[in-house]
Formats: sequence, structure tokens, C-alpha cells
Amino acid sequence: MSRITKEEVKHVANLARLEMDEAEVEKFTTQLDDIISMAEQLNELDTENVEPTTHVLDLKNVLREDKVQPWLSREEALKNAPDQANGQVKVPSIFE
Amino acid sequence: MFDKSISELHSLLHKKELSVSELVQTSFDRIHTVDEKVKAFMTLNEEGAMQAAKALDGKLGTEEARGLLFGLPVGVKDNIVTKGLRTTASSQLLSNFEPLHNATVVERLNAAETITVGKLNMDEFAMGSSNENSGYFGTRNPWNTDYVPGGSSGGSAASVAAGEVFFSLGSDTGGSIRQPAAFCGVVGLKPTYGLVSRFGLIAFASSLDQIGPITNTVEDNAYLLQSIAGHDKMDSTSANVDVPDYLSSLTGDVKGLRIAVPKEYLAEGVDEDVKNSVLQSLKKLEELGATWDEVSLPHSKYAVATYYLLSSSEASANLARFDGVRYGVRAEAENLLDLYKKTRSEGFGDEVKRRIMLGTFALSSGYYDAYYKKAQKVRTLIKNDFEKVFEDYDVIIGPTTPTPAFKVGEKIDNPLTMYANDILTIPVNLAGVPAISVPCGLSNGLPVGLQIIGKHFDEKTVYRVAHAFEQATDHHKAKPEL
Repeated sequence: MSRITKEEVKHVANLARLEMDEAEVEKFTTQLDDIISMAEQLNELDTENVEPTTHVLDLKNVLREDKVQPWLSREEALKNAPDQANGQVKVPSIFE
Repeated sequence: MFDKSISELHSLLHKKELSVSELVQTSFDRIHTVDEKVKAFMTLNEEGAMQAAKALDGKLGTEEARGLLFGLPVGVKDNIVTKGLRTTASSQLLSNFEPLHNATVVERLNAAETITVGKLNMDEFAMGSSNENSGYFGTRNPWNTDYVPGGSSGGSAASVAAGEVFFSLGSDTGGSIRQPAAFCGVVGLKPTYGLVSRFGLIAFASSLDQIGPITNTVEDNAYLLQSIAGHDKMDSTSANVDVPDYLSSLTGDVKGLRIAVPKEYLAEGVDEDVKNSVLQSLKKLEELGATWDEVSLPHSKYAVATYYLLSSSEASANLARFDGVRYGVRAEAENLLDLYKKTRSEGFGDEVKRRIMLGTFALSSGYYDAYYKKAQKVRTLIKNDFEKVFEDYDVIIGPTTPTPAFKVGEKIDNPLTMYANDILTIPVNLAGVPAISVPCGLSNGLPVGLQIIGKHFDEKTVYRVAHAFEQATDHHKAKPEL
């Protein structure tokens, strides 16, 4: 039984901001289905009373003083920007 | 020349029998001779390196040249940012990216006055086990160029094995230092999670990623770790622990050492030659006074599934930053949403897309508890397996990989077979413990790696065992012919 449908793959691709043609959707549907089938193996385990591990070290919140420090100049920060105008990163319009 | 250890090179420089410029030139000469075949390097820093070498030559013979790594050439994996030196993470999306700052590990190497000769090829964003997922070209195994060097730090391991550099930095999320080290017959350590700063490492899976050294010998490895380990305020997951003197642990003495050998690590699917090499190695350690017992890490078989769910989930969040807005190669588009989609679809390779898709799915509404949270819970069980064994044993030993290197093209079409190759390295990252791969034999002319796993922050014991084994055998002296 297929666990993942093509519609789901299209939905997830949109969430991930990826564009796919039909052939790719087809391929990813099969491959993700295989991977998810492998993942279902975890359901053999009873984890009802197991705490999830998010982090292996016993670290709690790591805080620092909220202090302004010199880092990059505006010019440096824009050095890798594909497009810029008036000292800012430029992107296509977001409103119609 | 490239058989020389760090301490031998240091002594040659110190006695002025060799200049830094000559040494760095030797490295480039070798690269120009063999890299056409090995393809370990993504970007060379020839002009910058030669200039830096010349500057250091002026310090030779003075107090300022006393550091052990002074003047030594190093290669850096291409997901570790280097100021002004192109850093692509082997992704087309970053083909024009020149970082504005150095990773902490690079700053520390610079402080030790090593010389960065170039950036090393890898699987794109560290996702892969063969270097075939590089967005540019595949690195080849120096022992036989029809075979893969492993991955994702394939360039880092191959460059050391091919004698292009004496040591390099790699990163390890599910085996990406140890597996290529095993395939290429060199020494690779994944430190305890948190020991080495991740600041400036282009993130793949933040709860698993660690930077570590790849070297010719265990001693060299310890020197390198010594210089990069330690707390960094720029990485909030960096552990605030004292860095011990790793060199002092290289005593050759393993008398009374208690070794655990998980039966799951020598089970079905592990190649006979690999199994025999590991058993021979255990025999050698017994001769040296250690003892070993078979133990069980019962949740091992769930590690691969757990790892792919967790690492892909973290990756889907980490790679959201590659949207073509502030850096990288931007695709042409009419509106912002299309710009994101086109940039990412054109810039990322298939494996990266696959993992982003898996991670986005596992984190999406309705599936979070069933996949992501479930995997986090199983991670606890896997971690507990290790803790339990370490109550009674000093180290855990097994193979690094189930088989020696495989052929180029052999597994690339089936993601699941490729993932299965990491079955013995992945549990270590999930538990956050340190592990090293050292050469322990050859199978049909290809190296086999022995994996030595230690307790959290007990790199000293890992090194002690690895060094004692290395010194009692000749495996590390075998070099590929190119």
C-alpha cells in the first residue's frame, strides 16, 4: 500500500519551496514512500514512557548579555547579495 | 615526504632543513600531479597559501615558530567557511559564495599558523556516503579510482590518503568523517558532540554535526584535535569543558582495558574480510593486555530510520536559508515566491531535495508525532544502549563500515542501499559519543577501518586504544600507489 500520494508530494514540495515537474513528483513519491516504509519500522517499539532526546548534552538555555557588538559593515554584508539597491538587498516585488 | 608525521615536519622546519614555502610548494606539486585522478579539491588557495608561507618563513628559527602545527599545509572541507576563500558545500547554489568570516576551527588553525591550501570536495551539504552527490564532480578513492572515497568528507579523506596534504578537517553527521577515513585507509575522529565549535560549519543536522580531524596517524590526529577543541561562545551548543592533554594519553598501554564488541556490529551484512580484520585486531589488543566481551546494543537496527527522520527534519529547517536573497546563485523570477522556488530547485541536487522533502514531511502537520517525535524517542533508547554498555566497559569496538569501498555508480540509484552503508556509524552520532576509525587491514586492495567508540568527552581513552593498536601493527604504513 502506498503511504504517500503524489498530491502529498506536491503539497510538501510547496511547503519546502521546491518546484517539481510530473516526472520528479513520480520519482519522489516512490522514493519517499520507500523511506517512510523503512521509518515505520520504529512502530515496533513501545515508546509510550520514553522521553524524546532533542539534544545529547545536558545543556539548558544558554544566555548571553544582549549587547551590540561590531560584526560586519553594511558594505560587507551586501557583498554576496545577488541584487542590491540603496544599501539594501533587492528582491522582486511581493505585491501584484 | 608525505609519510612524515607532524612532529617530524615540525622538527625539519625548526632545524631550518625545510622552509615553509618549500613544504607548501611540495603540497601543491603533489596536488598538481595526482588531483586530476583523485579530484579531492574543490577550490585551491595557491596564491594566498604561498604568500602566507613566505610570511611564515621569516619567523622560522624564532620563538614565534614554536607551535607544532606552525607552517603546515592543511585542507578544509568545503562546508567550513573560510573568509574570502570560496566555500560551496559542493552545492551549485553556493558556486559564487565567498564567506565574510572564518569558522572558529579555521580561526584556531590560523592561530596555530597552519596554511590552508584549499577546500575539499564533499557530498552536497554533507548529504551522502560516496561523494557522488557533489554538485560538481565525484572524488575518487586513491587506492583504486574506480571506487568511491566514501562521504560526505570524501575529499578530506582522499586528500590525506593521496599525500596531497598531511591532514584535513572533515565533518561527521552520521559517519561522514569515519566512513571515508575507513574507505581511504586514514585516521578520522568524530569528537564528542559539543567538543569542537560548529560556528561557521554550514549546518546540516545541528544536533548531530561535529567537525573533526583526518590524519595519517593517531598522534597527528591528537595534535589537530588539541588545537581545535574547546568552548566557543559563538556556538551555544559548544560544551563548556576543560580540554585535556590528548598527547599524554598516547602511552601504548592498554593493560586491563575492557572492550565491548556489539554482536549487532558483526552480524549478517558485514563482509567476511571486514569481520576477520576486526577479529584479528581484537586479538592484537588482547595480546597487549586488553580483554573483550560480546555485548548487545539492541536498538542498533532502528538507528538508520531514526537518523534519516531526525537529520532530514533538521536539514529541512537549516536549508531554508538558501533562498537566493542574501547570497548564492539567484534564479530569475517575476515574483518572490517563484524566486525562492526556482533558486532552490535549480541550485539543489536530487539527494538534498529528497532529504528536504522527507524532513518537511516528517515535520508537517499531522505527521510530527508519528515520525519526528517517535524518532526522538527512539534516539533516547539508542543513547541508553550505549550508556548501559559503558557502565561496564571502557570502549566499544567494531568495524567502521559493513564493507570496504564500493564502486562508483554501484549504489547511487538506490537511496536505501546507500543509507544502509552508515549503519555502524550512525548510532554514534545519535548518542553524541566520540569515535575514531583507524586502518586495520586490506580487502582486495581496499582499506578496512576499525571503529573505536568512547564515552562522552573521553577522547583520551579512544586515542590511547587507537594509538596502542596502530603502534603494534603496520596497517597505517600501507599507502596507495597513484
